[in-house]
Amino acid sequence: MIQLTHLQKLEAEAIHIIREVAATCENPVLLYSIGKDSAVLLHLAMKAFAPGKPPFPLLHVDTTWKFREMIAFRDARIAELGLELLVHVNEEGRAAGVNPFASGSRLHTDVMKTQALRQALDKYKFDAAFGGARRDEERSRAKERIFSLRTPEHRWDPKSQRPEPWRLFNTRKRPGESFRVFPLSNWTEADVWDYVALEKIPVVPLYFAKPRPVVARDGMLIMRDDDRMELRAGEEIEMRSVRFRTLGCYPLTGAVESTAATLPEIIAEMRSSRVSERQGRLIDHDGGASMEQKKQEGYF
Amino acid sequence: MNAPLALQAHEVAALTAPAALLRFITCGSVDDGKSTLIGRLLYDTGAVPEDQLAALHGDSRRFGTQGDALDLALLVDGLAAEREQGITIDVAYRYFSTPRRAFIVADTPGHEQYTRNMATGASGAELAIILVDARKGVLAQTRRHSFIVSMVGVRRVVVAINKMDLVGFDEGVFNAIAESYRAATRHLGFDEIVFIPVSALRGDNIASLSADTPWYAGRALIDHLETVDVTPAAADPLALRMPVQWVNRPNAQFRGFSGTIANGAARIGQDVKILPSGLRTRISGIVTAAGDRAEAQQDEAVTLVLEDEVDASRGDVIVAAQDITPVARVFDGRLLWMSERAASGQGLILQQGMSTANAAITVRTQIDVNTFAERPSETLPVNGIGRVRVRAEKPLVMATYAQDRVLGAFILIDRLTNETVALGVIDEVNPVDLLASGGAQSQARPDLWRRLLAPADDTPETLAEAVSWRIVSALVVCALAAVLTQSAVVALLAGVADFIVRLLLRAAHRDVFRRVTALRQVDPDQISDGGGI
Repeated sequence: MIQLTHLQKLEAEAIHIIREVAATCENPVLLYSIGKDSAVLLHLAMKAFAPGKPPFPLLHVDTTWKFREMIAFRDARIAELGLELLVHVNEEGRAAGVNPFASGSRLHTDVMKTQALRQALDKYKFDAAFGGARRDEERSRAKERIFSLRTPEHRWDPKSQRPEPWRLFNTRKRPGESFRVFPLSNWTEADVWDYVALEKIPVVPLYFAKPRPVVARDGMLIMRDDDRMELRAGEEIEMRSVRFRTLGCYPLTGAVESTAATLPEIIAEMRSSRVSERQGRLIDHDGGASMEQKKQEGYF
Repeated sequence: MNAPLALQAHEVAALTAPAALLRFITCGSVDDGKSTLIGRLLYDTGAVPEDQLAALHGDSRRFGTQGDALDLALLVDGLAAEREQGITIDVAYRYFSTPRRAFIVADTPGHEQYTRNMATGASGAELAIILVDARKGVLAQTRRHSFIVSMVGVRRVVVAINKMDLVGFDEGVFNAIAESYRAATRHLGFDEIVFIPVSALRGDNIASLSADTPWYAGRALIDHLETVDVTPAAADPLALRMPVQWVNRPNAQFRGFSGTIANGAARIGQDVKILPSGLRTRISGIVTAAGDRAEAQQDEAVTLVLEDEVDASRGDVIVAAQDITPVARVFDGRLLWMSERAASGQGLILQQGMSTANAAITVRTQIDVNTFAERPSETLPVNGIGRVRVRAEKPLVMATYAQDRVLGAFILIDRLTNETVALGVIDEVNPVDLLASGGAQSQARPDLWRRLLAPADDTPETLAEAVSWRIVSALVVCALAAVLTQSAVVALLAGVADFIVRLLLRAAHRDVFRRVTALRQVDPDQISDGGGI
């Protein structure tokens, strides 16, 4: 018997999980956040249902502060695959002028991301939402189930999670309850890049280094993607060769100086890196149990 | 939009190297140092990024138990609640790799209260590391964890005898513990037990051999994990079992059956049958997004296309034509009860393979995990392990866990609360009336005769008895008719009619009876046994 490779095993597990949701949930949705994990998730969903298409729509929760290249990539990719994409913006937040600068990263993320996601899930009455989160990303994710049950209020209770022995997923739920489902739970950042390379999955060009206009602020390099970002006194825009390890709202996502402009270079750089990928994310660092708390409140 | 520059051939080769993944579990008693060990493995293999390490320095001072030194356990004690309590309350998955292998570690709770989390972590593991505190030796928890690990089929064990620094790296202590562990687990059927003297705190015999244990002739822990052979025994080349997970019908032209191959391999042109129906057909396509394949193997998630327009739905199993996997409603097995409310027989849902069915259980015995002795019991407490008989309301395709890790495993769900209340393994399958998969005779109704003849919950003996009784009663009717009518022809007709009509009436009655009892959500077998009422 030929043994499956490491990536083949991870792929088969993820496809199994994705099909399980399609078979047992009534109204699933795939949360598409445009980044590399979402790209892999989407690729796996296409594989799971070939020659058909995934029997669920995609949802992008747009904070209105994503990189322009992300939005362009999203629209091109969805058109190419012929899929249904729902885009949701928290209009109350937009009307109130919530933004990462004046409101701070915490409030902005809560209103435009966490609240917006809850609004969208309630609006379309989705009972299962796929996410690309991986257990290696952050400490509290390490203990999250693959099928993570949420109350009708979208809260996560880390103390009453269902055991998931073997691949027997208990997908029963009461009206109003829903699942967050993480098919990439067992993948690492290295696995994701290896798979992107092996399967030739298109990803946003922001992952590859090139000269970009950046501002050094609060110990991070922020790419000034549009003129909504006002320069503070003494700040200057410089062109530097940078790339991004993760993609989120541009004012909250730090660039790393790099010359890695190809996939093999990115993979080599990541393997030699001694810093975790979420290090560039401002929102993870608001206190020791920050992410766990956000998740209990309904963050993905 | 495509990624700049594709991979070089040697890079592709590196990514497609076979089986460089090991899933293992760590378990041990409270304070044996599991989290420290995993923290040590992550740290020594360079899996801890600098920013997390910096956060760890801060955390070590706030919550740590090692003074100003780094408390590696805090790397894996992720949830705020457990950092305060200093215990690991939930199974945490960790990832690290070396140039030789990638590892997925289930760090599982030591406390007895969280045995269910431990069993969950063990169910997916190919190897278990059982920690023993060198000062304490083999404890009740050590035996308990070893038992659970063996129950869910882990066959390779590493006993890491930890805190050797606190017993002066004494070879005698190490040997005594190894001896007592071997004695305690003699009956658990492990294929391999490797003992390693370690200090997770100091790193002795973890990444490299320790100068303090010159008497130890084995390998360091990471070295062992990198090289241990966990290749499953070669499957029967003709075997195939694939539970149907999802029927793929994107349009009227295509119908495929998606699922993960539980056992064996699928090939184009292979003769297969669908269980429970027994309908026979052939594989005409193995479809993937990257084109059609000629073959697919165990653990792959595939979509099979079948030659004939046969009916199959989620929960059915596509098997090789000669496969003898039984179809049954009743099985005996061992389970771990995971709910706070004690095990009771009713109101359960059995989830097995890709099937779910209403089910009732009868607890037979409870197993003392310290002595492995069994005593009769009618219930099980939370974290109790026992032997049970499970009766499903409908026939399911099932195998013993020893034969099939997919079709032989199950969970039980509380129908009212949706809580997962038990996990278990099938030890013995009780074939029932509907179909023995080996004996399918006709394409249309392969199970007809068996269905007519057999009583519910049959065994070969009761089946023979039922047939014999029907022949005898038909002969009696025949004889009576002969006496009354004095006509051999009428007597013969009466006898034959009796034989056939009775069978049909019995079958009809059984169907009606089942429907009525199903409406009341009571398992009919439960009534005939008098059990559980």
